[in-house]
Amino acid sequence: MSSRMRRRAVNVAMTALCALGLLVALVPLASVLWLVVSKGIRGLNLDFFTQLPTPVGEAGGGVGNAILGSLYIVGIASAIGVPLGVGAGVYLAERGGGRAGDVIRFTAEVLSGVPSIIVGIVAYGLVVLPMRRFSALAGGVGLAVLMVPTLARSTEELVRLVPRHLREASLALGVSEWRTSLRVVLRTALGGILTAILLAVARASGETAPLLFTSLNNQYWNWRADQPTASLTVQIFNYAVSPYEDWHNKAWSAALVLLLLVGALSLVARFLARSRFGAQR
Amino acid sequence: MIRPQARPKVEVQDLNAWFRGVHALRGVTLSVPANTVLAIIGPSGCGKSTFVRCINRMHELVPGAHQSGHILVDGKDLHARGVDPVDLRRRVGMVFQRANPFPTMSILDNVVAGLKLNGIRGNHAEIAETSLRQAALWDEVKDRLHTSALSLSGGQQQRLCIARALAIGPEVLLMDEPASALDPIATAKIEELIRELREQLTIVIVTHNMQQAARVSDATAFFYMGELVEHGPTEQIFTNPKESRTEDYVTGKFG
Amino acid sequence: MAVKKHTDRAYDAELEELRSKLLTLGGKVEAEIAQSMRALSERDSKLAEQVVGSDREVNLLELEVDESCRRLLALRQPAASDLRFITTALKIVVDLERIGDLAVNIAERAIDLNQSPPLRPVHDLTRLAQLCQSQVRKALDAFVDADVDKAQAVIKDDDLLDALYHNLFNELLALMMEDPRNIRRANSLLFVAKHLERLGDHATNVAEMVVYMVRGTDVRHPHSRENTGQP
Repeated sequence: MSSRMRRRAVNVAMTALCALGLLVALVPLASVLWLVVSKGIRGLNLDFFTQLPTPVGEAGGGVGNAILGSLYIVGIASAIGVPLGVGAGVYLAERGGGRAGDVIRFTAEVLSGVPSIIVGIVAYGLVVLPMRRFSALAGGVGLAVLMVPTLARSTEELVRLVPRHLREASLALGVSEWRTSLRVVLRTALGGILTAILLAVARASGETAPLLFTSLNNQYWNWRADQPTASLTVQIFNYAVSPYEDWHNKAWSAALVLLLLVGALSLVARFLARSRFGAQR
Repeated sequence: MIRPQARPKVEVQDLNAWFRGVHALRGVTLSVPANTVLAIIGPSGCGKSTFVRCINRMHELVPGAHQSGHILVDGKDLHARGVDPVDLRRRVGMVFQRANPFPTMSILDNVVAGLKLNGIRGNHAEIAETSLRQAALWDEVKDRLHTSALSLSGGQQQRLCIARALAIGPEVLLMDEPASALDPIATAKIEELIRELREQLTIVIVTHNMQQAARVSDATAFFYMGELVEHGPTEQIFTNPKESRTEDYVTGKFG
Repeated sequence: MAVKKHTDRAYDAELEELRSKLLTLGGKVEAEIAQSMRALSERDSKLAEQVVGSDREVNLLELEVDESCRRLLALRQPAASDLRFITTALKIVVDLERIGDLAVNIAERAIDLNQSPPLRPVHDLTRLAQLCQSQVRKALDAFVDADVDKAQAVIKDDDLLDALYHNLFNELLALMMEDPRNIRRANSLLFVAKHLERLGDHATNVAEMVVYMVRGTDVRHPHSRENTGQP
């Protein structure tokens, strides 16, 4: 009887310990959210989303160009990074057995561990110097380099998850191997891959270091890929390190906008995952 | 059953197959007359699946696989120069043990998947209906052709896969234990289907269920350890087999 | 010859039980024939009555054999040699039971004949009786040993048996024509001869089924087959 009570006691103690751990882990997350929301919400208004930044001292203004710029740069990054990453992932999954596959996988692992500032410097050397100017393109390249390794690994895992007998079914219908890979295997894994893409994009949206000396910043609207472009993350950085309190407030609000943006992307990703995977049993 | 002596639909001559260093098939020779059902029986690992996969050249997709010998369909060697294995698989269809409809496609899309993926034009809707009727599935799904293929039961999914294989218009249908994952009623439906399909196709069915082989086939081939031990009319194999190994297997004295 | 066992031991046991039931039945009807002929030749009506009484056991055994066969067919899906054995069992049990019935008929004739003074001895009858008993014994041996040669010997000797019967028929006919007072008793003996001849036919049936059981070829009704051209 006492052993049974002892077991129950241990069970309760362990459960309590786990709950405690959860709380401890949640505290920083909750505090960040609380801080950003409480400090940033004051500055949010329509102007904030649509106006250009104003000089110091002047009230009003917004981070409209930074929002647009972030979208623009991340768009370029996706245009480069998604095909490369997904393509590499599909290649690794379908034909990645040999030496080449091992090399690619190793490279991807190493790349994913490279600090983002180094990636920024590399992009600086690769794009900014030859072009002799800072540009959204350079920023896009930097972010793409960050996206490719994780996308490749995720895609590879997802494609591997597609059951082998689906491939066989397609091959038995007289469909060629490459068409099978593309139109059957990839299509089946598409739900998961889309989720992975969205998550990679969400992560890229939140990067600052690579953009510091690639896309730099811009006080105005910019539609050209070969010009410096504003981005939310850099703008927040600039506002935060300034000595002006007004700009500090703007930084909090911009941070809130960024949080909302990334949060929205993640939510869409989760929604997609559930609806797609639901059909995939 | 007396059929006129015509050229056999499928002829296998001294077929040997290896994969991963294992000699899976040893000198198999047999022929399958057109519009008949051949059942392949034998214990696990005897080479039944390997044999059947050689006939539609899917064996060569296994890493480290190779084979020797000849397989002829309608008198033409499958490995002759200029024979495209992809093309071959449209004439020799296959149905697998586990029903494997494409999960992202509807029932209709699944049936015509072979046509669409191969870029074959035609009246897909009509072909789909014909194939589904041939597979005895039309009445059950005609009102929900656009729902997901996964909403069907296991037996229906397998019949869907059969319809999908039939839609391309093969002349030979290979079935690798098609009913082993199904309940008795679904199994009976598939067996009835096989009997009906025999009028239009030549069928080779691998099964580990001897009674199924007895019910469904005209001829039976018994494989053991990669060898073809005996091949003859089904009735003879199950009432008076010539080889003692066949006798032992069929009466349950193996192992 | 090493006999392989079924993987399912219970199946083996059930088949063995069926075989031993058939052999018991065979032994009993063999004994019945011997006893009824003795009752006839030694004019022992008590023995004859014993034979009549023992028929009950034979009938019960037939029912048991049928039941076993049905069970095996339903539950075991027998194939090849097992299937041939069980279907053979179903058929020969009928023949064996009929043999038993015929032996009982002979015993009843004996009881009847023993109430009258004996006729002069009829040698062919004894010879016919001996041949019949040997046919039954050989057929049963062929079954036990799965011996096709023994079975085919039985099938061949059926002609001999028929010839003996015809001779006996003529002999008894002559007896009847000799003296009208012989008619009743000679007629009874004629019946006995007929029973023995039928008995021999049943033994031949058993032998034919043994050939099927071992070889898988059905050798019955060869003359009917000649017309249809079947093998």
